[in-house]
Amino acid sequence: MMPSLFRVVHRRVETHDTVTLALAPASEPLTPPAPGQFHMLYAFGIGEIPVSVSATEDAGIQLHTIRAVGAVSRALCQAMPGTMLGVRGPFGKGWRVPAQGGKNLLIVAGGIGLAPLRPVIREAIRRREQYGNVAVAIGARSPGEQLYTAEYREWRDAGLKVLTTVDQAPGGWGGHVGLVTQLLPGLVTSPAATVAMLCGPEAMMRVTARALADQGMAAPSIQVSLERNMQCGIGECGHCQLGPLLVCRSGPVTGYEVAEPLFAVKEL
Amino acid sequence: MVLTRKRVLPTAMLDSLSPLIAALRADGYSVIGPTLRDGAIVLAELTSASDLPHGWGVELDAGSYRVRRRDDDAAFGHSSGAQSWKTYLHPAKVPFWTAQKTSDGFTVDVPPPDGIRYAFVGVRPCDLRAIAIQGRVLGSSYAARLESAFIVAVDCTEPGEACFCVTAGGGPACGPGADIQLTETVGPRYLASAQTTIGQAVLDTLPQQPATPAEREQGATAVAQAAERMQRHLPSIDLRDLLSGSRNAARWDEVAQRCLACGNCTMVCPTCFCTSVRDTTDLGGDIAQRWQTWDSCFDLDFSYLHGGPVRTSTSSRYRQWLSHKLGTWHDQFGESGCVGCGRCIVWCPAGIDLTEEVSALAQERQTDHE
Ligand SMILES: Cc1cc2nc3c(=O)[nH]c(=O)nc-3n(C[C@H](O)[C@H](O)[C@H](O)COP(=O)(O)OP(=O)(O)OC[C@H]3O[C@@H](n4cnc5c(N)ncnc54)[C@H](O)[C@@H]3O)c2cc1C
Ligand code: SF4
Ligand code: SF4
Ligand code: FES
Repeated sequence: MMPSLFRVVHRRVETHDTVTLALAPASEPLTPPAPGQFHMLYAFGIGEIPVSVSATEDAGIQLHTIRAVGAVSRALCQAMPGTMLGVRGPFGKGWRVPAQGGKNLLIVAGGIGLAPLRPVIREAIRRREQYGNVAVAIGARSPGEQLYTAEYREWRDAGLKVLTTVDQAPGGWGGHVGLVTQLLPGLVTSPAATVAMLCGPEAMMRVTARALADQGMAAPSIQVSLERNMQCGIGECGHCQLGPLLVCRSGPVTGYEVAEPLFAVKEL
Repeated sequence: MVLTRKRVLPTAMLDSLSPLIAALRADGYSVIGPTLRDGAIVLAELTSASDLPHGWGVELDAGSYRVRRRDDDAAFGHSSGAQSWKTYLHPAKVPFWTAQKTSDGFTVDVPPPDGIRYAFVGVRPCDLRAIAIQGRVLGSSYAARLESAFIVAVDCTEPGEACFCVTAGGGPACGPGADIQLTETVGPRYLASAQTTIGQAVLDTLPQQPATPAEREQGATAVAQAAERMQRHLPSIDLRDLLSGSRNAARWDEVAQRCLACGNCTMVCPTCFCTSVRDTTDLGGDIAQRWQTWDSCFDLDFSYLHGGPVRTSTSSRYRQWLSHKLGTWHDQFGESGCVGCGRCIVWCPAGIDLTEEVSALAQERQTDHE
């Protein structure tokens, strides 16, 4: 339960309440995380929370995109370059990104849910020739709350289809307004050859996964990233229970065949 | 403590447990066992066999606990009290580490282990199983505490009114996990067997006679009779299947009318392991400490996510508890999380009986299927 010490080497303000921190190991680096895995980040004297890895760089540097919603996430968002943080992990099972076979990838993100999916997007760009169509459907509450907008051009240039929508928009927004599910029609041309990865609020994943299954996708090809309170990350504190799962250990990413019956039960 | 493959039959007869307790104390163990205190049988440090609750039994019911005089002098003629060995092996509050601010960051130090080696005397078969079950959940610090502990287990010859270890898959004879195993017989005198090499080393030093075939027979009969006197039981159906199929049962709302969500059942349960971390800082803000404390799935904040708890209703929290114990524990750890000790029944202020709740769920499902 001992954290490793990391230092903030770069801080980028993404939106009014979200920042991305680049963390470099102050001593030994940790095991390189797989896309979809998370770390427990500790802010001195405040507390520790689970945060997904949103990218990795050389020299053991990890990027984390954090939305300030409470005491710990706010403290992390305020951490300036030079600040020391504690890091444990990486924990959990990440995305099962098909290694070969020319599969189509469909990535659907809501809000901060884009953060754990960015490593998949970068991976897909790096190995672009190994995939068929790669589409990214992104939902945000408002245009100002979209993440990583500076990268969309690069993603598109690499041949990815990037679609965005917002829940509500002020005047001047020429893009789509509505739920992320409204972006889906036409994105799944051959259900059997597609792998979908979903991360966002539970309600968003529930309806999106349902919609994809209705379009003929098999449940195990639809992956979702689950969220529960987490205090240890290693299957010992009991907080992340969701029916049969300890989400920190058998998740956060699971197949829809596992998640569907759990989504269906209130307050599970 | 090392697991052995096969139960060794009693070889020795002991007239008293005082030499055993003295030998363990001389070996540097802190000896813990049952003793009578303030009208209840509690676990505490023992200095000699006279600290054991000789001649005391208990009268139990759902929501009720009372000690009573026995008409013999048995030391283990009572079933488990409110505490279990997790008090020592998985303590309610453990310091994880201390972080100290420095000019350019902070350092983190882990406190040295307390170095206490426990000898547990009078571990029941149900609790012996519970110790092993927690060992399959918890990590290295639990393993280290367990590894350094010496366990003297005692077969159950007197089940309590709330017990159901047999239909929970264990008891009333001890399974694996003990260093020395005892069966209490009239007198009281104790049939003893060493189950490990360190157990053998201790047993060899004690005054003893060889156990006779008649004495062994007497011990075996007393244990077999205990099984027959078990008053409560779990239905003999696939409980994992029942609970995963009962997530929307009406019974959860019914039990929620009675459950106070006090969490007593989780505190007394010898397998419940859930914890939270708590951070404290000194007034100057330069020293931060991280603690692990027991927590309960009945606590509203237990399932807190930004925006509110996931399990707000009492019915969802009772469902979580019971489903985990008897159902999803199998999914997570490959076995049941209930050993049938009956503590949750006795110490529930509302007298909720999990065997009754499971039976009601089974009934409800049967009715639904008709
Ligand atoms: C696997 C996983 C990956 C995550 N990845 C990210 C990410 O990349 N970026 C990001 O901004 N957020 C992420 N979150 C959510 C983030 O952990 C919560 O926003 C954070 O815990 C809120 O803590 P707080 O102290 O700021 O808020 P408060 O609302 O004050 O929360 C109090 C405490 O409750 C618990 N808690 C509250 N909300 C959550 C939650 N959603 N999940 C788990 N525990 C919670 C924490 O212990 C927290 O300290 C992730 C959550 C999980 C489970
Ligand atoms: S659930 Fe009740 S009977 Fe089962 S082990 Fe826990 S306290 Fe004992
Ligand atoms: S079942 Fe009983 S002991 Fe457990 S939380 Fe409810 S009232 Fe408390
Ligand atoms: S976060 Fe502690 S068990 Fe999963």
